[in-house]
Amino acid sequence: MADLVGAIGTSHIPAVGVAIDKGRTQDDYWKPYFDKLPPAREWMAKVSPDVCIVVYNDHASAFSLELIPTFALGMAERFGIADEGFGKRPVPDVMGHPELAWHLAESLILDEFDMTLVNEMEVDHGLTVPLSVAYGQPDAWPCKVIPLAVNVVQYPPPTGNRCFRLGQAIRRAIDSYPGDERIVIFGTGGMSHQLQAQRAGLINEAWDARFLDLLVNDPEAAALIPHIEYLREAGSEGIELVMWLIMRGAMNPDVKEIYRATHVPTSNTHNGLLVLENA
Amino acid sequence: MTADREYDDIPGTFVFDGRRSRQGYWINQFCMSLRHEANREAFRADEAAYLDRYPLTAEQRDAILQREWIHLLELGGNIYYTFKLAACDGLTFQQLAAKQTGVSEEEYLGMMLGGGRPIDGNRRTSEWATTGEGANHG
Repeated sequence: MADLVGAIGTSHIPAVGVAIDKGRTQDDYWKPYFDKLPPAREWMAKVSPDVCIVVYNDHASAFSLELIPTFALGMAERFGIADEGFGKRPVPDVMGHPELAWHLAESLILDEFDMTLVNEMEVDHGLTVPLSVAYGQPDAWPCKVIPLAVNVVQYPPPTGNRCFRLGQAIRRAIDSYPGDERIVIFGTGGMSHQLQAQRAGLINEAWDARFLDLLVNDPEAAALIPHIEYLREAGSEGIELVMWLIMRGAMNPDVKEIYRATHVPTSNTHNGLLVLENA
Repeated sequence: MTADREYDDIPGTFVFDGRRSRQGYWINQFCMSLRHEANREAFRADEAAYLDRYPLTAEQRDAILQREWIHLLELGGNIYYTFKLAACDGLTFQQLAAKQTGVSEEEYLGMMLGGGRPIDGNRRTSEWATTGEGANHG
């Protein structure tokens, strides 16, 4: 069977992609954040996954208000890079894993998670920035990628509990896959941030720290955090953190925290990074 | 369940629920079109003519032309969509955030470097009633 070898939680801040693409990572503003990445990158190099399942959200790139899937699974051989309004990021196209993606789709739907299946889709910073965080600037991404796009733009996003249960179902699907692929699952977005209106710039480090502690040590409790708490305490865009619960749900109930780093500020955001292995 | 709008009590925040999505559909679909360079060029060349493609209200149309960032949210715009308009103008997300909060770029950057807008004093609309605006510094 396939092997889920670990998990990464990371913010997916577009400015991080810009800093990497434009060679600014050693600037005064950026260096303190990028100095925190090596342990996570070394871990990725060590576990060397064949496939990454990247849980992220599309930011009005592949999906507009015309069509709003709550959970959309990318089935394609290849995913192009989206122009989000200011040109495409100069990063490699993302290669998919259709065989595993179809196994996930069949397993999840029969497990009562009604996924939307996407055969043609471009991916935006929500997916590519986490790959850059994990791998830097390779000529080609060193793993296949299965995108799992979650709606967190149109209220209401799926509940934390639904996300956690979906993660558990993903794990059942991985465990029943006949291939021998090594898999890492990414939960992305967050942590606390608000981009909109007069409260923009909100950061709540104490709440984020508590969320990470719960996510690692008591995920069933983290899964019960209601939307109003994310919105109020972590900012209107901080609700992206529900996607980390999909990642956590896929892992064992007990996990080993390999690495944690956070940084304020990255653009408008409390930037988080977490590496987990099954205990 | 849908009558529960507890989040309306969060100050300086427009939760993009069904009400706003219906109201702002064409603002957002217009902004979405700016993900194509050819559309950005056409919009820059003649903004008013470009907006004729969308059934916007006069107020929505004016808010787009005048770059009234907060008013666009009041009229149903969503931040990820209105950012495409800002990006078309060459703004970064941090610059857009400064404009929305009514401070200079330098002042906004200074707030973020100082740890961001604190949560204390910024949870409920009642906390803003006395000051008239958000607490910027803890």
